[in-house]
Amino acid sequence: MQSQQPAKNLNSGQSFSWLLVSPTILILAFFLVLPLLTIAIVSFWDYNEWNFFPAFIFDNYVYLLESPVTWATYLKTLKFTVLTWFFCTIIGFTVAFFLAFHVRSLTWQIALFLACTIPFWTSNIIRMISWIPFLGRNGIANSSLISLGVIDEPLEWLLFSDFAVVLAFVHLYTLFMVVPVFNTMMRIDKTLIEAARDAGASGFQILTNIIIPLSRPGLMIGSIFVVTLVMGDFITVRFMSGGQSASVGRVISNEIALLQYPAAAASAVILLITVLIMIAIMLRFVDIRKEL
Amino acid sequence: MEPRSRSFYALAIFFGLFILFLYGPVITIGILSFQGPRGGLTFPMNGVSVHWFYDLFEKQAVGDIWGSFRRSFVLGLMVMVCTVVFSVMCGLAFRSRFRGSGLLFYLIITSLIIPSILISLGVGLIFNILDWEVHWSTSGMGSQLTWTLPFGILIMFAVFNRFDKSYEEAARDLGASWWQTIRFVVLPIIAPSLIGVALFGFTLSYDEFARTLLTSGSKNTLPLEIFGMTTNVTTPVLYALGTLTTVFSLIIILGFLLIAYLLRRRQERHGSDAGSGLV
Repeated sequence: MQSQQPAKNLNSGQSFSWLLVSPTILILAFFLVLPLLTIAIVSFWDYNEWNFFPAFIFDNYVYLLESPVTWATYLKTLKFTVLTWFFCTIIGFTVAFFLAFHVRSLTWQIALFLACTIPFWTSNIIRMISWIPFLGRNGIANSSLISLGVIDEPLEWLLFSDFAVVLAFVHLYTLFMVVPVFNTMMRIDKTLIEAARDAGASGFQILTNIIIPLSRPGLMIGSIFVVTLVMGDFITVRFMSGGQSASVGRVISNEIALLQYPAAAASAVILLITVLIMIAIMLRFVDIRKEL
Repeated sequence: MEPRSRSFYALAIFFGLFILFLYGPVITIGILSFQGPRGGLTFPMNGVSVHWFYDLFEKQAVGDIWGSFRRSFVLGLMVMVCTVVFSVMCGLAFRSRFRGSGLLFYLIITSLIIPSILISLGVGLIFNILDWEVHWSTSGMGSQLTWTLPFGILIMFAVFNRFDKSYEEAARDLGASWWQTIRFVVLPIIAPSLIGVALFGFTLSYDEFARTLLTSGSKNTLPLEIFGMTTNVTTPVLYALGTLTTVFSLIIILGFLLIAYLLRRRQERHGSDAGSGLV
C-alpha cells in the first residue's frame, strides 16, 4: 500500500516522524553522544594538580595500559562480572521458569512477577545498606551460625568483602535477568511442550531441548544488562567492600575525585571499548528488535 | 487439571527463598529503625522507640534531608512527564520506518546499557569546559533522561507492537483527524501502559545515583544525600531514613499499579460498546 502513495506524502510522513522523535534525539545528542565525544577528546588532554587543558598527548593511555594496577583491576572487575552473571543467570532462569511454566493462573503470574519487580523501583543504595544488619560482625548471619554451633568465631569476610560485593550485585541485578527471560518464555508455544511430552520426552529433556534454546534471546538480553551494569559499577563495589576492593568504575570515580579528568576520560574510553566488545559478542546471538 | 509435579514444589520453595532474599534485608532495616535510643546498627533490639525517626525531623547534623527530598521529588516529576511524553512520541514515530530510525534505535539501546559513570563524567566535563554551572534541574535532569527514556521508549515499542491498528483505521474512516485519532482512540487504549511508563520515569529518577553524581551541582538529591550519610552516620537514623523513603517508594509504586489496574478494569467494563450506537 505504502508504495502507491505519492512521493510527496511519504516525505511529509518522514519529516513528521522526525518531528516526533526530535526531543529524544536532542536529549540523546546532548547528554549521550556529545558527552562520549567529549570524553574521547579530553582523554588526549593534559592536566596538572588543579587544572586540565587542551593538548594532544597519549600519556594518559600509555600510563594506563602500562600500569599493572590497571590489569589487576580489570581482572578483578571481570571476576565480579563472571560470578555475578553466573548466579544471576542460574537464579533468574529458575525464577522465570517457575513463573512461566509452573504458575497456572495469569493473575498469580502477574502478582508474583510484580513481587519480583517492585524492589527494582526502590533505592539501590538503601538495598545495599540493608545488608549491614544481616552480614555485620554481630549480624544475623553470624549470630545464627554461632547459635547453631557451625562456627565459634564470627566470620569476618561476610561484610566488606568480595563476597558481599557479589551478593549485593546478585541481589540488585537478578531482576534484569528474570524479566527478559520470563518475557521470552511466555512466548514459547505450549503445544511444543505437549508434543514433546507425547513423544516421550522427560521433563529434563524438555528443559534442555526446548525451553533453554528458545529462552536464549532473553538470556542474552539479561546477560547484556548484568554484564554492563557490573562492569561500569563503582558504588556497589565501594560500599560493599568497605573501600577495600578495586573495580574499573571505582578507578574512574577516584580519578574524578582527584580532578584528574583526562586520566579518568582515558580510563572511561578503555572501559567503553571493553564493554562494547563484550556486548558485540553477546549480540551475535540475539536480535533485540524482535524481542519487544 | 493434572496434579502438581514434585518439581513444582521444589521450584516453589526456590521462588519463596528468592522473594525472601529480595525483601528480607529491607524488612530487617525496617525493624531495626525502631531501635531504642541506645540501640546500634545490628540486633539485638535495645528497646523499641521512634527515637530515630524523631531525629530525622530535628534540624541537626544529619544534613539537608528534607531539602534533598524536595529536590528529588520535583526532579522525579519533571523526569516522569518528559519520559511519558517523549516516549509516546517516539513510539508513534517508530511504527513506520523513517530515515535514521535504525541508528536512533541503536542510540536508545546504547543509552540504556552504557556505564552510568560515563554519562556522569561526560556531562560534567561539557559543563566544566563551557563554564556552565551544573544543576540538578538542567544537567541532572538530562543525565537522568538518558536512563529513563530508553525504558519508556522500549515499553512503548512493546505496546505498539501489540496495538490493533484497525481501531485507528476505523477512526480515520469516520473522518477523525490525526490528532483526534491519537487523543480519543490511541491514548485511551494505551493509558494503562502510560501509567507504567510514568512509574519507571518517576522511580528511576527518584533513586538515580550514578548518573546524577557529577551532574547535580552543589545541592544533593536524596540518593546522593543518603550515600553521603553512609560514610559518617553510624546510628540507626540511617535505617530510619531508609525505611521512610522505601515506604514512600512503595506507596508511589502501589499507587501507580492501582491506577493502572483501575484503568484496565474500566476499559474492560466500557470496552465493548459494539452495536450500541446502532438504532
